[in-house]
Amino acid sequence: MERIKKGALWVFCEVQENQLLPVGLQLLGRAKTLAEESNRPLYAVVLGKISKDSVKLLHASGAHEVICSVGSAFDEKLEQPYADSLIRLSEQFEPDILLVGATPFGRAFAPRVAAALGTGLTADCTELSIDAESGLLLQTRPAFGGNMMATIRTATSRPQMATVRPGVLPLPEPMEVSDREPITIEDDGQIGLVKLLKETAISRGADISQSKIIVAAGRGIGQKKNLKLVQALADKLGGQVGASRPLVDMGFCPYSSQIGQTGYSVAPDLLICCGISGAVQHLAGIGGAKTVIAINTDPKAPIFAVADYKIVGDCVSVLEHLLKALDEN
Amino acid sequence: MKIIVCMKQVPAAATASIDPLTKTIVRTGRNAVTNPFDLYALQTALDIKSGVGGSVTAITMGIPAAQKVLQDAISRGADDGAILSDRAFAGADTLATSYALSLGINKLGGADLIVCGKMAVDGDTAQIGPELAQHLGISHVSDVSEILEMAPDHLVVRRVWDDVEQELYLPLPALITVAKGQNLPQLPTIPGMLRGRAAQIPTFTAEDLQADIARCGLKGSPTQVVRTFTPPVRGEAQTIDGNEAQQAGQLVQIIREVLHGAD
Repeated sequence: MERIKKGALWVFCEVQENQLLPVGLQLLGRAKTLAEESNRPLYAVVLGKISKDSVKLLHASGAHEVICSVGSAFDEKLEQPYADSLIRLSEQFEPDILLVGATPFGRAFAPRVAAALGTGLTADCTELSIDAESGLLLQTRPAFGGNMMATIRTATSRPQMATVRPGVLPLPEPMEVSDREPITIEDDGQIGLVKLLKETAISRGADISQSKIIVAAGRGIGQKKNLKLVQALADKLGGQVGASRPLVDMGFCPYSSQIGQTGYSVAPDLLICCGISGAVQHLAGIGGAKTVIAINTDPKAPIFAVADYKIVGDCVSVLEHLLKALDEN
Repeated sequence: MKIIVCMKQVPAAATASIDPLTKTIVRTGRNAVTNPFDLYALQTALDIKSGVGGSVTAITMGIPAAQKVLQDAISRGADDGAILSDRAFAGADTLATSYALSLGINKLGGADLIVCGKMAVDGDTAQIGPELAQHLGISHVSDVSEILEMAPDHLVVRRVWDDVEQELYLPLPALITVAKGQNLPQLPTIPGMLRGRAAQIPTFTAEDLQADIARCGLKGSPTQVVRTFTPPVRGEAQTIDGNEAQQAGQLVQIIREVLHGAD
């Protein structure tokens, strides 16, 4: 226990099906720099048992120590046991900073921790840095629907807490490290009142928010049958289909594919927008896209303002030609 | 069952456009609406009420004009509403907001079930529900997409998280946050609208709630915005010209370069 120093930088690393989620490693990669800049120890915090390889990967990703809290309460991913455990750990070891991946689970339980500790929590950050003067964590997130960015700090209460969006920080290159034991803490916390009756894995593939290549359709796609072209292009490129809200509202596409403020935020390497005009709410969800190709009949469509490449024309016809051209290559 | 629904007034985004110079949302001012996610929360509460009986009370915190969302809620079927309004509440972050809401709910005598929208579209934090549950010391389930079973003392709910679907037994009292798309919010009825207009909606001040002022509003908010800025803007988009076959050919090149560069 004396290996755990107070005032450290903690990264909560979420486990799914015995695998570490990438967002925890992405956070460790950035936190390593933050820890060096501010001279804080960096700990990866895991609730539940993980494999030796996973522990090693956490060390290799920058964690000085891996804190592994084990107990039967973590067998099921529910808000209360996870929050309660992190509350207890935080009260005991007083981290200065606590970072959590902004997965649905992270965003569901981390607020309970912040409320219990009476501290601030900045949601869904896209950038973190240390203020050279004060040593405080600067937490940057999209605000007002993604048209502005806001930098936020938690001046006096501790820990300084933030959830960070998956996929916006790069995965760190693993360092050469030797095998080291994690710090294991037995947690006899209770599972809480909510009972998990049934859990089903959904085979709808990776979430659109994690997708590296997205072909997205909007109203300009016209008829529902034209979505086949969008799907065909996505399949060909190894990507996923996204949709603007009107298509989801019309029942053309499932909500799981909705991009925008009331849908998912995406950060793909390549985003091809077919017949999307680019309403403010939609643009709010695509700020993280690296290369944007937009096809729309209206030369004044706002989507072109955020595009790298534009084609003014009918997306259905462009898609047909593009699919043909890809076949020929 | 006594149900309380938390609601928020937000700027209407449907009419919003981006100012080409400042790249900020042009606020039309006159438009403020009920947070769309909260309408799903309200509908969930109304559905549960019609299933097991009870009452639905809408609560909000905001400027006096925000009581419009409560009138809206009543016009859609809520029994009554209450607004927390006080200068001391202004500038609250999620910690201070959820603290004030917890006092408001206690002032109303507590609830068997509290329903919140998944998030508010102006703040996008999705934190009020879970923080409120923690302040009240009750269980919560986030992102509920369907109520599978309702009874006076418990709910069975379904939620979908990325690639997993859970069915959960939730004893009451408890709080749920409701995902979009689980129901179709009813439109206000004309008798409902008349009821909403006529409703006597109580206002609770910080003093009424015996709130610790140091935990309210800006003063009680641990997070501080140190600066806001416009995200870096992309350069002018490069136009791909030519006939459709030529455009397709250029697109193939661009896609190839992007995918190659990303590896």
